[in-house]
Amino acid sequence: MGRNITALVAGLIFGLGLTVSEMVNPAKVLAFLDLFGNWDPSLAFVMGGALIVTAIGYRLAWTRPKPVFAERFEVPGNRQIDTRLAIGAVLFGVGWGLVGLCPGPAISALTFGGVPVIVFLVAMAAGMAIFEIFERMTSRAKAA
Amino acid sequence: MENLTPISASIGGALIGLSAVLLMALNGRIAGISGVFSGSVFAERGDKLWRILFVVGLIAAPALWALANGSKPPFEITNNWGLIIAGGLLVGFGTRLGSGCTSGHGVCGLSRLSPRSMVSVALFMGAGMATVAIAKVVLGG
Repeated sequence: MGRNITALVAGLIFGLGLTVSEMVNPAKVLAFLDLFGNWDPSLAFVMGGALIVTAIGYRLAWTRPKPVFAERFEVPGNRQIDTRLAIGAVLFGVGWGLVGLCPGPAISALTFGGVPVIVFLVAMAAGMAIFEIFERMTSRAKAA
Repeated sequence: MENLTPISASIGGALIGLSAVLLMALNGRIAGISGVFSGSVFAERGDKLWRILFVVGLIAAPALWALANGSKPPFEITNNWGLIIAGGLLVGFGTRLGSGCTSGHGVCGLSRLSPRSMVSVALFMGAGMATVAIAKVVLGG
C-alpha cells in the first residue's frame, strides 16, 4: 500500500517538475540541443537542480539500513562500460534529437500533446517491445 | 540565450530530484522513466502495479497543473510524421539497450557517480546535439 502511494506521489512530483521546467515542450529541449542556433541552456539548470537534490537525498536515504517500504535499496551494481551501453545511448540520443522528446516528457505530454505524442508513444513502446524480443532471442541463442 | 528560464528550470529540476529521492528512500528504487515504463508492461507480475501508478502520476501532473492554471503547458513539436515515428522507435529501443535515459542515467546515475551513466549521458547528449545540427542542414531548418 505505502509502496504504491509512494510511486503515485513520486510520479506526480516528477511530472510537475517536468511541467514547471517546461521540459515537456519538445521545442525547449531542441533549443538546448541546438548549440549552433539560438542556444537555450535551461535543460542544464534542470539537470543541475535535480542532481543537487538527488546527490544529497540519496546519501541521506542510504544512511538507513533499508527503504521504508522495501527490503533493500535496488541500485545497479554494474560498472562495466560495454558496447550495448554505448550503442543504446547513441541510438537514444539520435531519436531524442530528431523530435525533442525523451521517455518522461513523452509520457507526461499524453493529455495535451495531441496525436503526434500518441504516435511517438506507440513508436517508443514498439521500440521497447522490439528490444524485449531481441533480448529473448539472443538469450535463447546463448542457452542453445 | 534570451530563452533561458533558469529559475523555473532549477525549481522543476529540484522537484524531479525530490521525486527520485522519495522513490529511493521509501521504495528503494531508481526513478528511471524508460525502465519504469517498460517494466509496467514487461516486468514480473508483483513488480508492475507501482510502475503503472508512477506513470499515472506522470501523466496526471501536467493535466492537474493545466486545470489549476486554466491553460495547457506550452507545447511545440515537429509535424514530420517520419521523424516522430523514427524518433519514438530509436528512443524506445535505445533506452532499453543502453539501460536508461535522461532520468535513470542523467539524474539518478550521475548523482551516484556511476561511470556507466557518465558515459551514457555524454553519448546521448553528444548524439542529440549532432542530430539537431545535421537535421538543420538536411532539412534546412
